[in-house]
Amino acid sequence: METVEQLRDRLLARFPGASVTVISNPSPSAQHSLLLDHAHAREIALYLRDEPALKFDQCSNVTGIDWPEKEITETTKVTVPDPAGGPPKVVAQTTKRREPGYLEVVYHLYSLALRQGPIILRLRTGNRADAVAVPSLTPVWRSCEFQEREVFDLFGVTFEGHPDLRRILMWDGFKDHPMRRDYAEPDDYEWEPTPHGDVLAKAKKHYPEKPAAEPAKEAKP
Amino acid sequence: MSLTPEIGGAHVRAVHDEFHGDLLEVSMGPHHPSTHGVFRMIVTLDGETIVKLKPVFGYLHRNHEKLGENTTYLASMPYTDRLDYLNSMSNNWAYALAVEKLAGLAVPERAEYVRVILAELTRLLNHTCLAGFLMQDCGCSGTPLMYAFREREKILDLFESLSGSRMMCNYQRFGGCRVDPPAEWLAGAQRLVDGYSAFLDEFEALLTGNEILMARTQGVGRLDPALAVSAGVAGPMLRATGVGHDLRKVDGYGVYPRFEFRVPVGAHGDTYDRYMIRILEMRESIRILQQALAGLPGGPVMDPKAKLRGFRPKAGEAYGRIEGPKGEIGFYLISDGGPNPYRYRVRPPSFINLTILEDMCLGHTVADAVIILGSVDIVLGEVDR
Amino acid sequence: MLGTGLIKGLAVTAKNLVGSYHDPARYTTVEYPEVKPPLPEAYRNFPFLVSESADDPMGTLRCVACQICEKECPPQCIYIEKSKDKKPDAAGKLQIYPTVFAIDTSVCMSCQICVEVCPFDSIKMDQVYEVATPGRYGDLLLNREQLAKSNAYYHQIRPTEAAEVDGRLAAERKAAEEKAKAAAAAKAALPPKPAAPSPAAKLPDESRRSPQGEGGAAKPPAEGAQP
Repeated sequence: METVEQLRDRLLARFPGASVTVISNPSPSAQHSLLLDHAHAREIALYLRDEPALKFDQCSNVTGIDWPEKEITETTKVTVPDPAGGPPKVVAQTTKRREPGYLEVVYHLYSLALRQGPIILRLRTGNRADAVAVPSLTPVWRSCEFQEREVFDLFGVTFEGHPDLRRILMWDGFKDHPMRRDYAEPDDYEWEPTPHGDVLAKAKKHYPEKPAAEPAKEAKP
Repeated sequence: MSLTPEIGGAHVRAVHDEFHGDLLEVSMGPHHPSTHGVFRMIVTLDGETIVKLKPVFGYLHRNHEKLGENTTYLASMPYTDRLDYLNSMSNNWAYALAVEKLAGLAVPERAEYVRVILAELTRLLNHTCLAGFLMQDCGCSGTPLMYAFREREKILDLFESLSGSRMMCNYQRFGGCRVDPPAEWLAGAQRLVDGYSAFLDEFEALLTGNEILMARTQGVGRLDPALAVSAGVAGPMLRATGVGHDLRKVDGYGVYPRFEFRVPVGAHGDTYDRYMIRILEMRESIRILQQALAGLPGGPVMDPKAKLRGFRPKAGEAYGRIEGPKGEIGFYLISDGGPNPYRYRVRPPSFINLTILEDMCLGHTVADAVIILGSVDIVLGEVDR
Repeated sequence: MLGTGLIKGLAVTAKNLVGSYHDPARYTTVEYPEVKPPLPEAYRNFPFLVSESADDPMGTLRCVACQICEKECPPQCIYIEKSKDKKPDAAGKLQIYPTVFAIDTSVCMSCQICVEVCPFDSIKMDQVYEVATPGRYGDLLLNREQLAKSNAYYHQIRPTEAAEVDGRLAAERKAAEEKAKAAAAAKAALPPKPAAPSPAAKLPDESRRSPQGEGGAAKPPAEGAQP
């Protein structure tokens, strides 16, 4: 099978305007993936499916990943010349930058015809709030239908071109997306008192202690 | 008789369509004995023929993946038992395989053999049960299901005496298996495997040639091979359509390449083929089991370098999959170097096999939809997760 | 011929019907409340705490409240509070003990992970399966008095496993004693170095009984640390 780099070069040659990036995977599994841009994603998917040398005819697994915004603190050592004329000093400089959050959809492709795979495709949304659309690959592989609905349901990614984009595991009136990492559980179910501190605290919050009986009022006739 | 909400039970209403006369929208399930759990199908009927079918599920949803992200790698292992609760041993293996890929762990040879033995026993138990459930769906109440359960119980007894629990085995570990099967256990497994062919012969005499079963299932719920491949259908359902794709052969994970077995393939892709494929697969499983039990090597069942506590794989990701009895069960894990996986995803075979339920049911009657669903072989613990 | 399959099937049912009267392989049902099937030794249900003696279970708990099981428990059903003081354990060494050890068996999923991660062999799986109670919350929350069962009981339900555990513990105690003796002898033989107290004496015991376990911060000093 072609390596990911070879595949990227082949795709870039075939789709000159497209942006295809290799995302390398440092783990021993060495399953590297390809990040696609939205505009060419479906064309590339169709090409991967139909090209006789590739024939990735089955999209086995579709899933979402939530990457929230994170603050990265980097410490770099900078050599600063001493204004007094002494030898230059090495000063540690701390820079903080915010890496914007995004949602990612991952597709695992296999070829049943040529018995090869996996090729991993990734699509990223612009952010986690309003630019959460990615092109749907359901028209290319039917197996994406339910799995993209699941990603929509649990992560809140909207798939453009999906034939039936509804919630699938949560009920229709549900508001949030539970698989996001900043999801807060709603406090609308029965908290069972257990000896655990955090559960107990939640249960106490849920069932506020009844105000002490007001004997003064009762005493009054 | 017209069905009204009062006597129709759950949710029955007429949809008026001036071209096709009266279409009736019926909600089958979630509390319906034919749906194998809490599964619901909203079917639109023209007379008794299905013109539209929308599966509805999630009644058993507990966000398994979120649980997996909030606990350690090891603590997710017992939760995988509860995905497809008939096949906890193969779920364990799929998860252990994914973690082993992620962390680059080696598995001792004996453990690989033990895993094969347990996975094939699980396949026997799943397919036997499925045949029983399918007959129950066809309307032959009790008899085949009870025969199937009698045999299943023997396999579950083996699991119990090895792992301590009949169904929630929690047996595989990263880099091996939890306990070494003792000699008497292996002798028991050998006795069971030796006797299983006789049971299958009897079961087939009861069912396979039965004219009612043939009339009821042949030509029902046909699935086109191209659609099946595109829809990600895997396992016996895919092979029943004539696509010879078996991960035991394709990926050759574990020690499967050492065993000699054939992959049965169907010709019509209908419900009868799906039943037959499972019977034939059980015969091949018995062959694999005979070879694995005969060739079981000595040695440890656990990689001595594997850590039970404080297991933190290096950052990266891995997708590991095996051929479960219901199809391709895979786990996709992303590690950020911490004790918990950053992302823990299960590829549930029965969830994805449901994608084409509507395509298979269109044009058939309600009673056929029940057996088509039965032949898909779903477990709601896995579909809803 | 149409109908042969049906007749063949009926022959199978007839064989099973008749067989169920004389063949134990075809009649496998057990009339449960009256007859109880034998349990395999590996059978597990809910955990219990092992105490050395049945007469003083609270005084001889093997548990040292290291809280590893509490941390590893998948459904988080274990709750432990450490003691402020120390009590001597079976080997005579002073140890922390749990003042509160509760398991919520309505949450417990019998996965046995607490048993596997326990470095002290102090928590094991019980085989009692008739545990229904009328109370919904409190009755299924077992405290340490209800959880404690003697080592003799452990031997009764799992003879081979308990014998192996006892053998291992005895060997470890013996090794620790011998090492302590050797260290004491070495100390006596080397009088000019009294300033550095030898950590070797308590090393084997300490590394095993580090309350934080693996991944914890407190590690005993390595043997090379001795000046």
